Amino acid sequence: MSGEEFVPLSLTPLLIGTFAAIACALPGNFLLLRKQALIGDAISHVVLPGIVVAFLLTGAISTWPMMLGAAGAAIVAVVVIEAIRRLGQIEPGAAMGVVFTTMFAGGVLLLEQTDTSTVHLDVEHALYGNLESLIWLDATGWSSLLDIQALAELPPELPRIALTLVGVTMFTWLFWRPLKISTFDEGFARTIGIRTGALGMALVITAAVAAVAAFDAVGSIIVIAMFICPPAAARMMTNRLEIQIAWSVAFASTSAVLGYVLAGYGPLWLGSADAVSAAGMIATISGLILALTAAIGPCRTRSGAPSGT
Amino acid sequence: MLWEALTMQLGYNATLVAIGATLLGVSAGVTGTFLFLRKRALVSDAISHATLPGVCLAFMVLVAFGGDGRNLIALLAGSAISAWVGLLCMNWLTRHTRLAEDAAIGAVLSVFFGFGVVLLTVIQTMGVGRQAGLEGFLLGSTAGMLWADALIIAVGGAATLVLVMIIRRPMMMVAFDPEYAAARGLPVHRIDLAMMGLVMAVTVVGLKVVGLILIVALLIIPPVTARFWTERSDRVVMLAGLAGGLAGYLGAALSASAPNLPTGPIIVLVSFGFFALSLLFAPVRGVLAAVLQHLRFQSRVHIRQGLLALAQGQKIYEPLTIRLLRRAGVVRADGVATEEGKARAAKALRDEKRWEIVRADQAHEAIAALYDGLRDIETVLTRDQIAEIDRRIGGPQEVTP
Repeated sequence: MSGEEFVPLSLTPLLIGTFAAIACALPGNFLLLRKQALIGDAISHVVLPGIVVAFLLTGAISTWPMMLGAAGAAIVAVVVIEAIRRLGQIEPGAAMGVVFTTMFAGGVLLLEQTDTSTVHLDVEHALYGNLESLIWLDATGWSSLLDIQALAELPPELPRIALTLVGVTMFTWLFWRPLKISTFDEGFARTIGIRTGALGMALVITAAVAAVAAFDAVGSIIVIAMFICPPAAARMMTNRLEIQIAWSVAFASTSAVLGYVLAGYGPLWLGSADAVSAAGMIATISGLILALTAAIGPCRTRSGAPSGT
Repeated sequence: MLWEALTMQLGYNATLVAIGATLLGVSAGVTGTFLFLRKRALVSDAISHATLPGVCLAFMVLVAFGGDGRNLIALLAGSAISAWVGLLCMNWLTRHTRLAEDAAIGAVLSVFFGFGVVLLTVIQTMGVGRQAGLEGFLLGSTAGMLWADALIIAVGGAATLVLVMIIRRPMMMVAFDPEYAAARGLPVHRIDLAMMGLVMAVTVVGLKVVGLILIVALLIIPPVTARFWTERSDRVVMLAGLAGGLAGYLGAALSASAPNLPTGPIIVLVSFGFFALSLLFAPVRGVLAAVLQHLRFQSRVHIRQGLLALAQGQKIYEPLTIRLLRRAGVVRADGVATEEGKARAAKALRDEKRWEIVRADQAHEAIAALYDGLRDIETVLTRDQIAEIDRRIGGPQEVTP
């Protein structure tokens, strides 16, 4: 395919998808090892009420208030889950289930109550995102990458998700040692003076920020898939955290690229005229990768641990 | 308007929805209890999301054979099959790989749902133009509920309840102590599958009313609510059924009483209302009960310490202690002990001395372990034992100058 076609239509969605996938997969590795994998699920459900409330307050679809609303809702959800877990002595899974379903229901109700017919805000969009529409109309070919004027017209999602990715990477890099220690041995981490509570909260907040930024671009379904599937598949490949993270980044990028290409061009190869949902396809590909590694990955079984549940 | 809705006078459709939602609430509450007690509440999340590809595939098959594509039974059958496949995948991942259950849940949930979304877009491009009903499975749509739909929900809900009643004992045993159940020879793995199969049945039945995202709430919130009120498993099951049924009924009635109130979210919010009330006001486990108990404990400690201080002639400065002692009629406003106060203070000091003897004596080891500084010694020793201890302490002695 020539650059004239590829750069405006496919380059930006591909980059956005890949960045979003990696930004979610990085904190996902730690959440997976800490058995908090479903935090991503909870966060991506509560983003909806946050966005709706932000819309009600500002009365317009503008990005920053909505991202603030979503991030606020994610933090509220995390705090409420923790409060219910402690006050009611309920196991974390059930507390999470109570909170995120209720907040999601509240979001749907608010959405139905308000007049959003004039704007593009609905549940389906929140779930699937719209990766395919993030095109770069001003680009004419590869040369546009050096053209300041064309670069100014990039879809705003791209710099935002790139910035988020940089932030998430910085967090992982800066707090690498404490994160690693507290993930594997919380007691030891506390004895050498790491504030594990604050660090755990920071990790969840980083995950929430990544989820919200990715959600803005690609919808919540990719967010959940990328939090869990690439790290889980990477876990089957190695016993070392460094290598696991490298694998998870590789798997996340592969799912994003392959998923986007298959969604865009797969139906054409099969003789159908229209593309299918890229977000859904990326999630599907990540699932296939996980299935493959679960079947043949070198470290797929619990070594030394008793089998069974 | 609300009253008419509650008494089912808002017409045929509203009545159908109310009955269906109530039945669904009862069976979801009862079934979800076992899942909750097994500490696997979020499995329902994976199961419900895994229904989407099945619904879409069933629709595509129906259309391919020239059907309408909205036959509820066929769609529910499709969703049941894909949910079962998802369940098996999740089970396989937790049993045969190193992944923990939460990761398996999340993986199945996101991948199946993502695949379902792909299929949804395929259906949209098929140009059949009648896929409108499918979106209703995401969030539930009760507006066009037919008699046949209500019948399916009623029969499905009732069948699930009967099955739960039949295998409730082994399920309960597995939920509380899987190792013991295995030692008794119960097929734990198969009972787990049966439990999740029942959850799947409820999910499938509830798709039409509350949709696949919110059915999770009906499976989790009523059991958590019921758990606040009792420590007995059979009562948790019944209360969860009651809470679920009430939430379904009230939610359906509320949503029928005004426009723009979608049934599914309203049911979930009513259910959460019950949960919040229970969290705050349940006896023993509720927040209010815990606060009251803490206050009672606090006042007992303060009064005890105050009495000991009085008995030893020390001045009390702590304002809360003084207030509590005054309210109990132990001291007067100027901080001087009343007659009753003097008697109680002497008794408290005596008891403390008795405890000292008890704790020093090897023979009373078991009782000494109960000492916490508050327990009345009369509640752990007989009168004879106390008399024996008093003899060892001896009476007041003459002081020779």
